[in-house]
Amino acid sequence: MEIVQKIKTGDIRAVARLIRDIDDNIPEAREVLKELYSATGNAYVIGVTGAPGVGKSTLVDQMVSHLRKSGKTVGVLAVDPTSPFSGGAILGDRVRMQRHSMDEGVFIRSMATRGAFGGLTQSTRSAIDVLDAMGKDYVIVETVGVGQDEVDIVRSSDTTLIVLVPGMGDDVQALKAGILEVGDIFVINKSDREGVDKTVGDIRLMIEMGEKRYKDGWRPPILTTQAAFDKGIRELLDEIEKHRLHLLSNKTMLSKLRYEKAKSDLSEMIKDKIAKEIFIDITSSGEFEEAIKSIIDKKIDPYTACDKIVSAKLKSNIR
Amino acid sequence: MNKERRVRVLVAKPGLDGHDRGARIIARAYRDAGFEVVYSGLHQTPEEVVQAAIQEDVDMIGLSSLAGAHMYLFPRVVELLKEKNADDIVVCGGGIFPEEDIPKLKNAGIKEVFTPGTPLTEIVNWVKENVNPGGV
Ligand SMILES: Nc1nc2c(ncn2[C@@H]2O[C@H](COP(=O)(O)OP(=O)(O)OP(=O)(O)O)[C@@H](O)[C@H]2O)c(=O)[nH]1
Ligand SMILES: [Mg+2]
Repeated sequence: MEIVQKIKTGDIRAVARLIRDIDDNIPEAREVLKELYSATGNAYVIGVTGAPGVGKSTLVDQMVSHLRKSGKTVGVLAVDPTSPFSGGAILGDRVRMQRHSMDEGVFIRSMATRGAFGGLTQSTRSAIDVLDAMGKDYVIVETVGVGQDEVDIVRSSDTTLIVLVPGMGDDVQALKAGILEVGDIFVINKSDREGVDKTVGDIRLMIEMGEKRYKDGWRPPILTTQAAFDKGIRELLDEIEKHRLHLLSNKTMLSKLRYEKAKSDLSEMIKDKIAKEIFIDITSSGEFEEAIKSIIDKKIDPYTACDKIVSAKLKSNIR
Repeated sequence: MNKERRVRVLVAKPGLDGHDRGARIIARAYRDAGFEVVYSGLHQTPEEVVQAAIQEDVDMIGLSSLAGAHMYLFPRVVELLKEKNADDIVVCGGGIFPEEDIPKLKNAGIKEVFTPGTPLTEIVNWVKENVNPGGV
């Protein structure tokens, strides 16, 4: 396929359109992804997550600058939530990364979380593969830490940064348990603000008391940064490099990680594909609405309705 | 049209004038209409706007300008899109312009120009009617 060649040689328009087609669920995009798979696995993927407004985009922007100075190419995926009311979204992360838009070594793409059944994870994972296949040395994925999705995206990253700000350690509730378990590096940004030491201490304590600490022999460091003033970024990148070397240093751990990633990718993909196809079938045939009415009228129970729909699909072919 | 195609719009504010209230209001209206709106902020050069539009694979660029440089900035965006073979991206403009500039802007390839009095619903409907998501 010509398009496959274009992606591999870094053709911007081809890459941009392919990501769009992935997002829009265009069947041809899947065919391209199949062909691209063998060209993936070379980029180092960094996940950046944290609550709204903690400075993730500013941090990513600074990381991109530093990586570019060391001659590395970078792809950025900035994911923002889709409005549940309209299906639309405002994707504003680019504002902080504007200065890289003319740099050919940087490709920035904003994505919305879109649909409910694994839309984010599947499209985002595929988009990571595309930026990887186009030859970027690093792919940085920014997600807002509010739901389950970013814990999913973490499984696609080699190193995951959890970004916090001073004061956030106080509010243990605000830090969902899950998010502490997945962080490889904790970044206290806006360290120009008061209460840094206390926050560092609180987070340290919470990590130490967590169950999965010292995950595979790695003690998650806590760093302080001032992304808006380009402070602490070099140290952060050094720490990411240390984590990368740590991952590479242990063959059994590395194969375990690869196994876990392939396993979660495939299981997500299966769930996603089946759910999508079933919904296309039952919404276009009207069966979905009928079943809902029957459930309300107590003509059928939801368990039987679900079993009927799923087994009908399993007897038919996957498109 | 594939029903999973979503309209993607870049809202950009080239030039030097300092606030983006108008751009933010229109961005919200687009979101509420179900569009994905990439917002790229203030003070961009036409080159940056076009580069962002291409990377983001948007269907439309909505340019806003208050400071009067629109007669240069807007046509320059259209020109650069042509150079990049990306002139399937629709360009619209909004802002405060002298009446006589509007036909000139349209001649230069700006598909529609909205002045401050235009109701948001009218703008949104115009986009729905004139922009095909994914170019199909
Ligand atoms: N004081 C201070 N402000 C900062 C720092 N880093 C970022 N900011 C500011 O914090 C605000 C939010 O920054 P963003 O980078 O947009 O934050 P974000 O986490 O990406 O936000 P969302 O994507 O909306 O969740 C901006 O006004 C930044 O200038 C910092 O180190 N110190
Ligand atoms: Mg952001």
